[in-house]
Amino acid sequence: MDNRKGRGRFIFFCLAPAVILFIIFLIIPTIDVFRMSLYKWGGYTDHKTFVGLQNFTKLFQSEKFYQTFQNSVLLIVVVSIVTFAFALLFASMLSREKLIGQNFFRIIFYIPNILSIVVISAIFSAIYDPNNGLLNAFLNLFRSASSDPILWLGDQKIVIYSLCGAMVWQAIGYYMVMYMASMANIPESLYESAELEGASRRHQFFAITIPLIWTNIRTTLTFFIISTINMSFLFVMAMTGGGPDGATEVFLSYMYKEAYTNSSYGYGMAIGVVVFLFSFALAAVLNAVTRREHLEY
Amino acid sequence: MNTDHQHSSNRFYKFIIYILLIALAIIIIVPVGWAFLASIKQDAEFYGSPWALPEGIHLQNFTDAWQKAKMGSYMLNSVITTAIALSLLLVIALPAAYVLARYKFKGSTFWNMLFMAGLFININYIVVPIFLMLNNGDKSMRSILGQPIFLNNLFILALVYAAMALPFTIYLLSGYFKTLPKEYEEAASVDGAGYFRTMVQVIMPMAKPSIVTVILFNFLSFWNEYIISMTLLTKPGLRTLPVGLMNLMAAQKSAVQYGQMYAGLVLVMLPTLLLYILVQKKLTQGMTMGGLKG
Repeated sequence: MDNRKGRGRFIFFCLAPAVILFIIFLIIPTIDVFRMSLYKWGGYTDHKTFVGLQNFTKLFQSEKFYQTFQNSVLLIVVVSIVTFAFALLFASMLSREKLIGQNFFRIIFYIPNILSIVVISAIFSAIYDPNNGLLNAFLNLFRSASSDPILWLGDQKIVIYSLCGAMVWQAIGYYMVMYMASMANIPESLYESAELEGASRRHQFFAITIPLIWTNIRTTLTFFIISTINMSFLFVMAMTGGGPDGATEVFLSYMYKEAYTNSSYGYGMAIGVVVFLFSFALAAVLNAVTRREHLEY
Repeated sequence: MNTDHQHSSNRFYKFIIYILLIALAIIIIVPVGWAFLASIKQDAEFYGSPWALPEGIHLQNFTDAWQKAKMGSYMLNSVITTAIALSLLLVIALPAAYVLARYKFKGSTFWNMLFMAGLFININYIVVPIFLMLNNGDKSMRSILGQPIFLNNLFILALVYAAMALPFTIYLLSGYFKTLPKEYEEAASVDGAGYFRTMVQVIMPMAKPSIVTVILFNFLSFWNEYIISMTLLTKPGLRTLPVGLMNLMAAQKSAVQYGQMYAGLVLVMLPTLLLYILVQKKLTQGMTMGGLKG
C-alpha cells in the first residue's frame, strides 16, 4: 500500500517540473499564436478587439506579404535542391570510395554546423563586401578592376542568391553526415555483385544507393522545409535585416517585425499561423509525392 | 587490355573526386581561417587587398573587443546562462525521460505523446508571445514588488532555453532508457533500493554516453542562440555573446572598427571550435543517433 503511494509520488515529482516548464513556455505561447491571430491588438495595451479572420484577409491583400512569400519559397526551393544535391554527392563519394583523409574531410565539412549563425553572417558580410570583400577581390583577378564592384548584398536582384550561398554553405555538412550514416548501413555485397555484373558507378548510385536510403531522404525533405524557414529568418536578422527594400524579407522576419517592432501583434500572429499551415501542407504534399514501396536489404 | 583501360579510368575518377573534396574543404576553411587572420589585422590593413596576410600580430583588437565593446562581460553572461540552462535541463529532463520511458501510469501515453508533439513546436514562432507573457508578468511585479523581475534576467533566459530544449532532450534520453532491460530495476528493488536511489545510482551512470551527447548539442545551441536572447534581454549592458557580436557588426558600419569586430567574432566561435576539435567524433555520431535537430 505504502509502496504504491511512494511510486505515485516518485512519478509525480519526476514529471512535474518538466510538465510545468513545457506548458508555460511551449504550450501556452503556441496556443497564444493561434488565439491572438483573431484579435486586433498592439501588444502593450490592455485594449484587445476580436476581429475574426480580418487579420488574414488583410494579410492576403498585402503586397508586402506576397513579396515575403515569394522570397521564402525561392529560398526553400533553391537552398533545398542545391544542398540536397551536394550533400548526397559528397556523402556518396566519402562513403563509397577508399580515400586518403576521409575522416579529415568529414570533420571539415561539418564545421559550419557548429558556428553561430551570427558568426556565419559576419563572415559572409565580409566576403560579400563590395569594396574590400573577398569575393569581389577574387573576381577582379578575372575582370578589369575598373569595372563597377558587384553589390552582393546591396543589389535587390542579387541579394537573395547571396543569402542562398551562405545558407547552403552552412547546411551541406549536416545533411552530408546524415546521408553518410544511412549509406553506411547498405551492405557492401550489393555493390560487389553490381560491380561483377559491370554496373557503372553512376548506375550503382541510382540503382542501389538512392533506393536504399530513400526513407532517410524523405525525412530530410521535411527537415529542409522546416529548417530553411527557420534558418532564413536567423540569417536575415543577422545579415540583411530584410533589405534592401524588402528584397530578403522572409516569412518569420516579417512576422517578427510586425509583431514586435511594429506592435501589430495580432497581425503578426496571423502571419505565423499562415506560415505554419503552409509549411505543414508543403511537408505533407512532399511526403505523399515521394512515397515508394519500402525496400529491404 | 580491357582491365588496363578500366584501371586508368578509375584513377581519373578518383582524381576528380579528390579535386571536388579539396575544393569544398577550401570553400569551408578559407572563410573561417580568414576571420582568424582578420582578427589580428590593424584597421588600416582592411583597405588593402582582403587576401593579404596580416602585417603583424595586432592583439590590441582583442583587448578593445574585450573591454571597450564589453565582449568580456557578454562572455561572462553567456557562460552563466549556458551553465544554468544546461544544469536545469539535465535536472529536469533526466527524471522526466526516465519515468516516461520506464513507468506505466495513468496518463503516461498522453504525456509521451505531448512531449513528442513538442518536437514540432518551433521557437521562432513563439518568441514574441513569450516576450509579451514575461512583459505582462513584469507589469504585475512592478505593482507588487516595485520592480520587474522577468525580463533582463539571465536565470529566466536560461529557464526558457531549458524549456525549449526539453522535447528533443526527453525524446533522445527516453529512447535510450527504453533499450535497458527491466532486470536492473528488479535487482535494485530486491536489494532494497527505493525508486529515487535506483534512478540516481543504477540508471543514470549507465546513461552517461547519452547524457554527454545531450550536453554537447545543447551547449552548442545555447551558446550560439541569439533571437531569444535579443528579445528577452533588452538592457544594452546585458547581452550574450552572439548579440554582442551583432551589435559590433552594426557599429562597424558607421565607425570603421573592423579589427575589433573580427576579434569579437573569434571570441564567439573559439569555444565551440575547441569543443568540436576535442569531441568531433561524438558529435557526428550523436547526431545520427538522435536523428533530427532543428
